[in-house]
Amino acid sequence: MGAVASVVMSATTFAGSAQFAAASVLSAAGSVGAAATAAILLNARYVPIGISVASVLRGGPLRRLLEGQLVVDESWAFSRRRDGTFDRGVLIGAGLVLYTCWVTGTAAGALGGEALGDPDSLGLDAAFAALFLALLVLQIHSRRAVVAALIGGTIAFALVPFTAPGVPIIAATAGCLVGWRKR
Amino acid sequence: MSSTWLAVSIVGAGTIVCKAIGPVLLGGRTLPPQLAGIVDMLAPALLAALVVTQAVGADRELVFDERLLGIAAAIVAIRLRAPLLVIVVAAAGVTALARVL
Repeated sequence: MGAVASVVMSATTFAGSAQFAAASVLSAAGSVGAAATAAILLNARYVPIGISVASVLRGGPLRRLLEGQLVVDESWAFSRRRDGTFDRGVLIGAGLVLYTCWVTGTAAGALGGEALGDPDSLGLDAAFAALFLALLVLQIHSRRAVVAALIGGTIAFALVPFTAPGVPIIAATAGCLVGWRKR
Repeated sequence: MSSTWLAVSIVGAGTIVCKAIGPVLLGGRTLPPQLAGIVDMLAPALLAALVVTQAVGADRELVFDERLLGIAAAIVAIRLRAPLLVIVVAAAGVTALARVL
């Protein structure tokens, strides 16, 4: 994958896991269809995530569309308050910072990445797991949330060996059904 | 158009649409309470799945490797109420060290 294509992808597909998935399928000589399917399955989680933050975004459809692009796992989780509402300032601010770092970081990596070697040797894969774990702990403030997390984690664990990457994460969102409340 | 650029275009368009559906279609309206309860539980379910796939996931297999030592370090850091950066760096550092040894 060329340097320019990598940077363009970071600017348009602002979602690291999907980019890594697409790049790994392509580099393994997989088809464009397989690469795109894996990436879009991974990003399908942004449909429910977008619905959850819709009420704090502002302006007309175009502005809402653009603000929605700044939402990534990290900015979303950081901006979520204990009561389940979202802090608009944190959501947009963290999104802008992450976006800027992500695009410039991609450019730096595309130009000088060879010097770093294999990112796994730096433990970056575990770093992301730790980040998500720390963010998860911040979200656990009711018994219901514990149950949702256990269901989500169990579904993901059970499906990883059998499905394409991305599918376990989408299926795990079924855990959120414990949030159903009768009127 | 090369296959790389084709993939970049399709994935970019697909991602923009996924992220835009909620904000554009819902507008500023809030969800009815039953649905809001469900959306509230998205975060724990999704984050738990991301932890699992990132910690032991690989391409269609479960792999238990040095990442788990990093996660153990992260759990210790979380219990000590360390700042987020310390938690993440501890996990990366321990994993990297275990891979060298």
